[in-house]
Amino acid sequence: MEKAIKKYFPIFILPTMIAFAIGFVAPFLLGIYLSFCKFTTVTDAKFIGISNYKKILGDPVFIHSLWYTALFTLVSVILINVLAFIVALLLTKGIKGTNIFRTVFFMPNLIGGIILGYIWQLLLNGILAHFQRTLTYSSTYGFWGLIILMCWQQVGYMMIIYISGIQSIPGELTEAAKIDGASSRQVLKNVTLPMLMPSITICTFLTLTNGFKLFDQNLALTNGAPSRMSEMLALNIYNTFYGRTGYEGVGQAKAVVFFLIVVIIALVQNKLTRSREVQQ
Amino acid sequence: MNTRKTKHGWILTLVFSIISLLYMYPIVLVFINSFKKKAYISKFPFKIPTGKMFVGMENYVRGVEKTGLYQALGWSLFITVFSVAVIIICCSMCAWYISRVKNKITSAIYTLCLFAMVVPFQMEMYTLSKIANMLKLDSPWGLIIIYLGFGAGLAVFMFSGFMKSIPLEIEEAAMIDGCTPLQTFFKIVLPISKPTCITVVILEVMWIWNDYLLPSLVLDTKKYKTIPIAVQYLKGGYGSIDMGAMMGVLVISIIPIIIFYLSCQKYIIEGVIAGAVKG
Repeated sequence: MEKAIKKYFPIFILPTMIAFAIGFVAPFLLGIYLSFCKFTTVTDAKFIGISNYKKILGDPVFIHSLWYTALFTLVSVILINVLAFIVALLLTKGIKGTNIFRTVFFMPNLIGGIILGYIWQLLLNGILAHFQRTLTYSSTYGFWGLIILMCWQQVGYMMIIYISGIQSIPGELTEAAKIDGASSRQVLKNVTLPMLMPSITICTFLTLTNGFKLFDQNLALTNGAPSRMSEMLALNIYNTFYGRTGYEGVGQAKAVVFFLIVVIIALVQNKLTRSREVQQ
Repeated sequence: MNTRKTKHGWILTLVFSIISLLYMYPIVLVFINSFKKKAYISKFPFKIPTGKMFVGMENYVRGVEKTGLYQALGWSLFITVFSVAVIIICCSMCAWYISRVKNKITSAIYTLCLFAMVVPFQMEMYTLSKIANMLKLDSPWGLIIIYLGFGAGLAVFMFSGFMKSIPLEIEEAAMIDGCTPLQTFFKIVLPISKPTCITVVILEVMWIWNDYLLPSLVLDTKKYKTIPIAVQYLKGGYGSIDMGAMMGVLVISIIPIIIFYLSCQKYIIEGVIAGAVKG
């Protein structure tokens, strides 16, 4: 059979592979090469070694956005996962209206980041107006505004994953623990949590990468104001590319650094949480 | 014991009802403000538009005029539907091939697809927009090809995860009965993979419909806008935003999403769970 399928190579995999080469592989490789070049368009690239990377280190706005993003990601991962977990626990108790609540909590996920950003800009600026402030008053306001927005958007998504995880825990396990005299807190700590490790792995991974790659919401809510202090990594890279000519190489080098950070985080996180999973 | 439990549940229901109402509030607020005269929106966002604040549908009319929102809606629909259709067909074929033919090339493709899922878009955005320009892919039709390339990682990964579990005997039987590989695929394999198709459709629709950065960089935005581009377009330069038009545009952009959500809610939630478990 394998032989018969093999002959159909051009029909089965060529369309996807050509698109994949144009849309992913070529831009990726060209991107790595260009990070070592000085250029304003792709055709006038001149190889200049690692000086783009050296420029990054001397860019205080980039370093600030790096820490700002890291802090944002940390806070948002913890808040979203804790909230989603609590909501999931309460919504698996079989109370009335569970389905409606799930529907409501999940809905913001379908709305795009740009639209979400403007919705929350209206609401948060309206509230802050009572204190004669706006979201762009300082980077702290922008920070917490984004955190609230991301919690609102993502708690529902993670809740859905946690709920399906909780429901897949065999009922006999919790019952056996209860018969053995475990309190509900002990059941949570010693049965539910360890059994939920796969869900926790997935949710922390998703929130981590979503936090680090955040762009649309950042652009719409504050656009980095005031004076680029609430600018996150992705937006900083975007502004380096398109804000100033002559800095395309630096922008590309930043993008490579960004890519490396995301890969390292993904690998480390995966290893850490996978090792705590229990065999079912 | 039993009565205490139901009483407890009743309180929880009440608490969650209140939280749910608060959860919907931001969207309701935008809806209320869309009927308010633009000068009053930033000043009194929480007031119900009455008397001289009320402007009827004026904000909607102006918003649609300024952004060309209906065309944007059409292009968004066009790009999403065709990109997802192309992704489903091409990637499922590709996934079947690499899960049935085992050699170095197919395992390299699989690894590349996994890798593509981790790479952030910023890494690619500049070079991709230049390449797209050079190859004249800066139209909605070209964008479909780019979405196929970009969505391939997730789709191939999900499909091949499922197709590995399809028993080989079924396909062998079909081939012995005289099916060509193409017939086997479209008559046997693809119908069996329907649940995975739904999952991939949901995940890709949620991504492509809402995607802002990729189309804004690749498309010639003077000619073609998608919904997120139209919304961001209202902000423009450094001037202040026309809040009235913005509210109208936001409401019109949210309505199709809510209709889609309420009509396919079951599939969406199942799709998200399936996508998370395999991803």
